[in-house]
Amino acid sequence: MDGVSLGAIYALIALGYTMVYGVLQLINFAHGDVFMLGSMIGWYASARWTGESQHPSILGAVAVTLLSMVLCGCVGFVIERLAYRPLRGAPKINSLITAIGVSFFLEYGGQYAFGPNPRAFGVLPHRPPLHLFGITIGYVDVVTIVISVLLMVVLQRIVFHSRIGTAMRAVSWNPSVAALMGINIDFIISFTFVLGSVLAAVAGILYASKYPSVHPLMGLMPGLKAFVAAVLGGIGNVPGAMLGGLLLGLAEQLVSGYTSSSWRDAVAFGILILILLIKPSGLLGKGTAEKV
Amino acid sequence: MADALLELTNVDVHYGAIHALRGVSVRVGEGEIVTLIGANGAGKTTTLRAVSGMLKPSAGQIRYGGQEIGGLKPHKLVARGLCHAPEGRGIFPNLTILENLKLGAFLRRDSAEIAKDLEHGFTLFPRLRERAGQMAGTLSGGEQQMLAIARALMARPRLLLLDEPSLGLAPQVVETIFKIIQEINKAGVTILLVEQNAHLALGIANHGYVLETGSVVQTGTGAELLKSPEIRKAYLGE
Repeated sequence: MDGVSLGAIYALIALGYTMVYGVLQLINFAHGDVFMLGSMIGWYASARWTGESQHPSILGAVAVTLLSMVLCGCVGFVIERLAYRPLRGAPKINSLITAIGVSFFLEYGGQYAFGPNPRAFGVLPHRPPLHLFGITIGYVDVVTIVISVLLMVVLQRIVFHSRIGTAMRAVSWNPSVAALMGINIDFIISFTFVLGSVLAAVAGILYASKYPSVHPLMGLMPGLKAFVAAVLGGIGNVPGAMLGGLLLGLAEQLVSGYTSSSWRDAVAFGILILILLIKPSGLLGKGTAEKV
Repeated sequence: MADALLELTNVDVHYGAIHALRGVSVRVGEGEIVTLIGANGAGKTTTLRAVSGMLKPSAGQIRYGGQEIGGLKPHKLVARGLCHAPEGRGIFPNLTILENLKLGAFLRRDSAEIAKDLEHGFTLFPRLRERAGQMAGTLSGGEQQMLAIARALMARPRLLLLDEPSLGLAPQVVETIFKIIQEINKAGVTILLVEQNAHLALGIANHGYVLETGSVVQTGTGAELLKSPEIRKAYLGE
């Protein structure tokens, strides 16, 4: 269950990678740092701006999370607008390098602004673990799984059953033809960044509740892992990101449970190498050929 | 002569250092079918792209419905009834046929009228109705072209730009498609048609323009061009 909840968090982050890749063919390496900002904003909102962390409550946690979602959504919007949009017509490698630059900016800008020291995080009230069907499951894990599943169902509805989701899928296939349908490409791309960043914010809050230590470099590892998850499921593929996240979280926790926790990172990146060797399009990805 | 719905005056387009269009002037009257013919690389598709806003002209004017539109973004033009069915069909294979058609009506909010147009599209192309729930990528080439045309109609265009609707299709399918293009025109849609198949295109067009290496080299009514010896030699294989 520990693995499932970790996997759910990876999946939430991976969705942001995969959706942005879908519409822009860009690996947004700054995404893990938006996740960090999600946790950081959560910390400020609960420990600095209010007394939430002293007297955690469900309502307070919801309010903190919503605030973090809104602010991270804005950050995602601004990043796309300032860093990526001016490079839209440029070769992909330029955007990729910019993405790495934005990532460093957020990490080291974060160290400057927030200080490098880890801070203790607590927005959720403490509850004893639950005993369900003979297994013991941590309270935070339950909350994580429930919220993640809920968000993924909502996202699935948006992407596959709404007007804007159809437009997103059209843009991901061919932006210039999508524009001929009357779709405003810039708007769809901004929307995608905001949506991904909002999910990253929730992931940030949940991750920090599970591993309650918040610092400016915390986005690095989960960000990379989520990227692996996105590739595992098939980059650009929304259900793939969910599956990839889940599998990766499970694999990591099983490995650290049965062997040693120092193997978990090795396993994650080993999976990346394996998938790139065996099936680079990912588990649910498929190559498509144009009919003539 | 009908009032001009679309008028290009001395339009130049550059792709980087390549000068793709040189002073192209084309006039499309309201309610007409006008065709651009010419060999590969003559600038036909480039002309359509400049009109629909996919490319920005480097010089000259493009007037649509009396207003200058050069450099406007495509989605703004769709809102004004200028619709472009691009070359190579440009359908979305990762979406169902129904989703493709609905995207054609992306900017419209009148759901009752959209349903009516959807029905109309299915009547024009019954094959699409049978397969509405399938991914568009599973359609044959001819069916994809039908979908592309049906989707363009979903926007209720005033001016429809069609790029090589006959490309790679069996002769029978081409005939059907051209019949439908004429029907669409009779229903009041002005059409600017780019074709390699000069014979068919000139046969249904009020006016034709012949493009060569980015310039208009000849123009006339469809019937005149069909009779012109140069055209017969260069494009009709005589």
